[in-house]
Amino acid sequence: MSLLEKPRQEIWSGTVVDCDVHAVVPSVAALFPHMERVWVNWLTEREYPGPGHAATVYPPALMTTARPEWRPDDGRPPASELALLREHVLDLWGVDHAVVNCYYGIDNVRHPDLAAALASAVNNWLIAEWLEPDARLVGSMVVPARDPAAMIREIERVGGHPSIRQVLFPVRNDRLWGDRIYHPVYEAMVKHDLVMGLHWGGTTDGPPSATGYASWFAEEYASEWSNFGAQITSILSEGVFRLFPDLRVSVLESGFTWVPVWGWRLNKEWKALHRETPWMDRAPFDVMRDHMRFSVAPADAGPPAAMKHVVEWLGTEDILMFATDYPHGHNTDISALLGVMPESMRPKVMSESARAWYRL
Amino acid sequence: MNDGGAKVGPRAAGGPSRYVVARVEEVREGERLLVEVGGRAIGIFRIDGEFHAILQRCPHAGGPLCKGPLLEHVYADRPGEIRSDPDKKFLSCPWHGWLFDLKTGQSWWDPHQTRARRFPVNVEHGDVIADAADSGKAGPGPYVIERFPVSIESDYLVVTMRPRVGARGPTDASI
Repeated sequence: MSLLEKPRQEIWSGTVVDCDVHAVVPSVAALFPHMERVWVNWLTEREYPGPGHAATVYPPALMTTARPEWRPDDGRPPASELALLREHVLDLWGVDHAVVNCYYGIDNVRHPDLAAALASAVNNWLIAEWLEPDARLVGSMVVPARDPAAMIREIERVGGHPSIRQVLFPVRNDRLWGDRIYHPVYEAMVKHDLVMGLHWGGTTDGPPSATGYASWFAEEYASEWSNFGAQITSILSEGVFRLFPDLRVSVLESGFTWVPVWGWRLNKEWKALHRETPWMDRAPFDVMRDHMRFSVAPADAGPPAAMKHVVEWLGTEDILMFATDYPHGHNTDISALLGVMPESMRPKVMSESARAWYRL
Repeated sequence: MNDGGAKVGPRAAGGPSRYVVARVEEVREGERLLVEVGGRAIGIFRIDGEFHAILQRCPHAGGPLCKGPLLEHVYADRPGEIRSDPDKKFLSCPWHGWLFDLKTGQSWWDPHQTRARRFPVNVEHGDVIADAADSGKAGPGPYVIERFPVSIESDYLVVTMRPRVGARGPTDASI
């Protein structure tokens, strides 16, 4: 969110960790220095401009894609350079750290080798041009979704880099992420102590909702929380945390006000039906509180009196993490959100939970 | 089918009475008998040769517990490795599926709250506490179904229990 309305120290005088800022690939040519020659040739021979899918989930001119003050006057794409991130977020907020996520829509590329090559190139670009030049930054690596073997190869290749703390998983996929074919991917991740970053975006095999295609972007965007809910339910039900007790999941750009209600429903079904999934030995909402964190951008906040209850219903002070989600426009009023929390919860949200989560 | 229990012997004031409820062969292995005895609805189960008598009222929300299925315990330490334990059977309440171990009467769900709070045994308003808890773990829990001793005397099943105040005497099973 913008600081134009209030000085930073007035909003929050303690330390800040921003757990979701974006790096936007300005053009496929920006990746050329970071990919093998054979793929540079492949792309230039065809003049393939790169996967356009990011523009489907973030239509370029929409307010939700970038706040006006974050669109450079000179026409550079928003959030396409470290210098812009520094000017708009890192220096302005005086962050201790920020977690950089690059959603490039690679999940939309069906060519298995090109998808893997683009993922490697984005990771190389991110490390060289964002993470290494600025000590405040750590980042998520990207992987070619839907190909577990290729995901594991890329995790083995860059997952051990000191600036890489998370693997970005788009919320939409051909299969639910709890599915057993992905369990070896989680095994590789916990070896490198990488967080799973479940984020808006992705490509489904059919309609992006559980019950058909939405007609408008606004409709699709507003109902995306149900996809987050389905993915969380899958990860819990498939026993992923039972197998990998050290695995942590950040849920990003999902909103969080729906989480307690979803947790109650999961608990209710578990009480009656746990014989179906006997490895679920604890109430799912408890497991969510231990293994998952939610960013506050968007907050999707209701009136403050009601939000106070939502924060209580979450049942733990550790579960929310501050994010600007730069450059996306959510108009989250962080002051109002902090105002409905107990005082002891505010430093956890603004930096301490993310510090522990990402080992900063 | 059952014509109620006949009281056996004089009753000490306030103490438990013994009621003949059926002939042993009326309750076959793996089956159950629902009777009203001493003003209470109870179910008598024969499992692996043992008899268990319980109150026909789930401590969670008062459901008809004795009408639920008997289920073998299933367990798994990892996804995909599901095993069953035929020596451990649970009665599942038909209203919400809660499981009770007939041998101990204990529920197989423990509403463990992070703010430490002790639950009384034989909770009267089980639904209030259960719904107030939004956490829990599998395993023996604090909800306990009321069990009554069952003995076999000269081929008859005898249940020992305190009759409900105001209960009149043997009546037809009408549950």
